Amino acid sequence: MKKNKIVERAVHGVFLILGLLTLGCVLLITVYLIISGIPAIKEIGLFDFLFGTRWASTAEEPSYGILPFILTSIYGTAGAIVIGVPIGFFSAVYLSKFAAPKIKGFMENAVSLLAGIPSVVYGLVGMLVLVPGIRTLFDIPDGASLAAAIIVLAIMILPSIIKVSMTALEAVPKEYEDASLALGATPVETCFRVSVPAAKSGIAAAVVLGVGRAIGEAMAVMMVSGNVPNMPSLFQSVRFLTTAVASEMSYSSGLQQQALFSIALVLFLFIMLINAVLNFFLKKENC
Amino acid sequence: MSDIMTAKDLNLWYDKTHALKNVNITIPEKSITAFIGPSGCGKSTFLKTLNRMNDLIPIVKITGEVCYNGQNIYDSSVDVNELRREIGMVFQKPNPFPMSIYDNIAYGPRTHGIKSKVKLDEIVEQSLRDAAIWDEVKDRLKKNALGMSGGQQQRLCIARALAVKPKILLMDEPTSALDPISTSRIEELAIELKKSYTIVIVTHNMQQAVRISDNTAFFLLGELIEYGETEKLFSQPTDKRTEDYITGRFG
Repeated sequence: MKKNKIVERAVHGVFLILGLLTLGCVLLITVYLIISGIPAIKEIGLFDFLFGTRWASTAEEPSYGILPFILTSIYGTAGAIVIGVPIGFFSAVYLSKFAAPKIKGFMENAVSLLAGIPSVVYGLVGMLVLVPGIRTLFDIPDGASLAAAIIVLAIMILPSIIKVSMTALEAVPKEYEDASLALGATPVETCFRVSVPAAKSGIAAAVVLGVGRAIGEAMAVMMVSGNVPNMPSLFQSVRFLTTAVASEMSYSSGLQQQALFSIALVLFLFIMLINAVLNFFLKKENC
Repeated sequence: MSDIMTAKDLNLWYDKTHALKNVNITIPEKSITAFIGPSGCGKSTFLKTLNRMNDLIPIVKITGEVCYNGQNIYDSSVDVNELRREIGMVFQKPNPFPMSIYDNIAYGPRTHGIKSKVKLDEIVEQSLRDAAIWDEVKDRLKKNALGMSGGQQQRLCIARALAVKPKILLMDEPTSALDPISTSRIEELAIELKKSYTIVIVTHNMQQAVRISDNTAFFLLGELIEYGETEKLFSQPTDKRTEDYITGRFG
């Protein structure tokens, strides 16, 4: 009896420690980013840092404006959402409501596989297929551009959007759909007028999750976007928040390095914001 | 009274299970027909063949005919959605949509192309009045239907079914999830509604069949054992199995 209690407590303790470990990691990263991100912002000035349009970290007279990166990340993500969400959403509708079981099983596996492909492979394929394709198609000197990054990101966010939307659509009680069909609505009407509205917060969560994935992606976009700190334009080489950190970190020092930490902090704040929005939608789902 | 629906040699299989065996039945117009029988006897399954809700289950196979107004509803030329508009259904568990009371009722008419606000208002009010729930909800039409009590939700579902102006109303154990007071309300409503609609009701409750129905059909193991006037079926059943069931010897 007593021994049991001790074992029980010990196990609880182990779980608690493991849980705290995770929490500790999050806290450590947060605190570290804030501490190492603040000095550069102080030195450069918050306004000049966030809204400066010129990034020249290694120039004679260095300039640390990250507006190009922020806008590139926002445009890139928005573009990926504009392309990826309709494709993902309608795929989810098809798979959860209309596909025959065999097709559904096959396509679900394909989507899972898509989710499992390492981002460097996306980048590689983008580099070898997409970039030359864009160059020829639009007749521009270099295909490595925001457009290429948007297309790669749109494909990369598909799995999250499809899977989360599917889960939401499949959770819609069958009774709702039966009621609609029994009133003489067609399956398509039933889907868009009953099932989708009933699953809307889950679908919104899927979109937000897609935004999170897109804004945090580094490797694939670095390989197809040209990685030049221009103000964003669809057919120009651009640099994202993520790639700005990744591309200079290895040789940076001093204020330049501190500025990279500040970029990471900005990125982190973006992700926090997205997570908050995601939690909002998920909570709504549960009510 | 003329007949509105007739089933001829209807057989239904769930995959390999023979769930309905040679069912022949004629349902008279503007009356209440009750289906009784023990669980798993096929009464609900049969009810669902009458508006083709079984079509939604891919493993179901049906042979035979169900004629509605002289037309076999399983004929390939029949528009299933049009059919279901004319043969409405109320389910065992109240299943209002997660939207406002108004939108619930307006869903059917809107689906069938009615857009005029004036017309929709009219239909919503009339349907709710017909389902004897107007007075309870008229001040909260914009409130979510899921906030209503179970009994109110079920009457709302009846109102929703009435809003598309069906000819027949199929009710699948509509009171099994409700308390006695809500149940008696629905029963009164059914009797009121048979003036204008044909009602077919599946029930587990034999007293309910006696109280409200004109004709009763007794199902057992997928077969229609006995069918006739309710009064006669319950007082002088011709089949031994019917007698055993209604006197409570099994089921």
